[in-house]
Amino acid sequence: MTEPVLQLINLSVSFDTPNGEVEAVRDVSLSLNEGEILALVGESGCGKTVMSQSVLKLLPKTSRIKQGRIIVDGEDITNYKEKQMRKLRGGVLSMVFQDPMTTLNPTIPIGKQITESILKHNKVNREQAKKRALEMLNLVGIENSEQMFSLQPHFFSGGMRQRCVLAIALASNPKVLFADEATTALDVTVQAKIIDLLIDIRDRIGISIVFISHDLGAVARIADRVAVMYAGKIVEIGTAEEVYYDPRHPYVWGLMSALPSLTKAGENLSSIPGMPPVMLSPPPGDAFAVRNEFALAIDYEEMPPMFQISPTHSAATWLLDERAPSIAPPISLEKRAKA
Amino acid sequence: MNTEEILSVCNLKQHFYINNDLTIKAINGVSFQVNKGEVFGLVGETGSGKSTVARTIMGIYPATGGEVYFKGNKICDQKIYKQNKNDIHKNMQIIFQDSAAALNSRMTVAQIITEPLRINRLIRDKNELRDKLESLLSEVGLDNTYKAKYPTEISGGQRQRVAIARCLSTSPDLIIADEPVASLDVSIQAQIINLFQRLQRERGFSFLLIAHDLSIIKFICDKVAVMFHGRLMELAPTKELFENPLHPYIQSLLSAVPVPDPIFERNKKHLDYDVKRAKIDGELVEVSRGHFVLKNDQETK
Repeated sequence: MTEPVLQLINLSVSFDTPNGEVEAVRDVSLSLNEGEILALVGESGCGKTVMSQSVLKLLPKTSRIKQGRIIVDGEDITNYKEKQMRKLRGGVLSMVFQDPMTTLNPTIPIGKQITESILKHNKVNREQAKKRALEMLNLVGIENSEQMFSLQPHFFSGGMRQRCVLAIALASNPKVLFADEATTALDVTVQAKIIDLLIDIRDRIGISIVFISHDLGAVARIADRVAVMYAGKIVEIGTAEEVYYDPRHPYVWGLMSALPSLTKAGENLSSIPGMPPVMLSPPPGDAFAVRNEFALAIDYEEMPPMFQISPTHSAATWLLDERAPSIAPPISLEKRAKA
Repeated sequence: MNTEEILSVCNLKQHFYINNDLTIKAINGVSFQVNKGEVFGLVGETGSGKSTVARTIMGIYPATGGEVYFKGNKICDQKIYKQNKNDIHKNMQIIFQDSAAALNSRMTVAQIITEPLRINRLIRDKNELRDKLESLLSEVGLDNTYKAKYPTEISGGQRQRVAIARCLSTSPDLIIADEPVASLDVSIQAQIINLFQRLQRERGFSFLLIAHDLSIIKFICDKVAVMFHGRLMELAPTKELFENPLHPYIQSLLSAVPVPDPIFERNKKHLDYDVKRAKIDGELVEVSRGHFVLKNDQETK
């Protein structure tokens, strides 16, 4: 097996606030292989954005990496300075954000915005950069790229703008692309097209993608592997099939059965009671315990370790300990696994 | 079956005049009826005009053309609106998407929820008002500690509950909800949808739900209308629409809805529909009982 392009080892990120330390990411370890699409799923405030932004070092000064290492392409970048990061951003690591209108500069033509990043990261002249930019526009599926090249962003629809942002992000051949809720603001039909485009780009240029989303439907289409986050920790990680058809963590059970599309009309939608915890003072044990109907006594006291289920699948819940009582997942999920 | 109409919208038009060259036709001839005790879903993509329909019904914008009837009264007419003001204010309520913007941040939860009661002079006695407030809070799943809090102190899901309690306070006959769960997380979304469903069953109000998420509509609505560029494309009972969509636009829309099932999703083919060549003239035609579809020569067989 080849070396992973991105590796996080026991990463913890905290924010210092006047009220104390907010532990946004707690002890996260994962690796991303070349050409792989990893989806990060979780509710808002669970730390998925903070985790990805800590890799690109885009977080404000109040944040700090408390422990752990970030390894990109075999190189430890944990202590990289701003100057060194600037070469990585857009070059090796790229990011696409949720709202394309705030990402693009409304006064500068699309073409110029794409060539800007090419000129910055590669030793090319303007002509070559323009050629490359046109190539990128074709790659992301924008027709008449010659004409579109000199238009400002407001001429484009939301989906087209997101395509342009993708073109900028991909322009200097990054190894890893972070797509932070890149399809959330779009309509379903446009979202479906952008997701297919991302898969198509991965197949053609072999880029690795970290797809951050809270939409379990969109993730099902795109992801090779899925990591579910809760309260700053990865609670379950595995291939898409493993996490969707054989989830082990009670939080993932709750998430799946809260989806209206998996519940019959007229039945009550099962919901997870309570609210996600405030990360100012996270509980000592499993952060999900208070909302978990299957919680064991130990869940309130000790953090569960990652239990390995298969070589690719692991989950952090005491229910997987050999001493724990065996609990069948809720019925609604079993039904679907058979169907 | 109770088929008494509570809200009827006939050929509603809402045009926004920008300048001499440009008038945006946000709604261009929309007609539908909401019956008593019915959950009616209005779906559409961004910019299809679904929120404008809600606002025009509420009278936030005066309609450019067409009629809105509430309980048989033509409320888009200013004169008739004024005559029935008390009834309309009490019996028609709206819930907005962004609860943070909809609730006054300088008022406490208690003040927010009881404001409609005080303004409509429905309850004057202080003790009675307090009892009503407490029963409303428990109905939407909040306890009495929330009474003195301000909207900024509580989370998005709780704020939406406060907005719901406020809108229920006058016991309305019709509730219009404009994307009430779009900004909430999946698990909180489920809580709020359950709440809506429970309240609707208990109180039997009519409910016009506007959303872009088809899975929610499928789950909660009796009847669905799909909007596109200010027109209704198809209107049918929920089951009929999802099992047997007739218009190519809706077929493509339904095929694009992601299903949380990896193997199914990966093998799914999206149906394409060229939006630019869409024809939106034509008439709504009833093809089977209660199933209407926009008909013109090119598109529907």
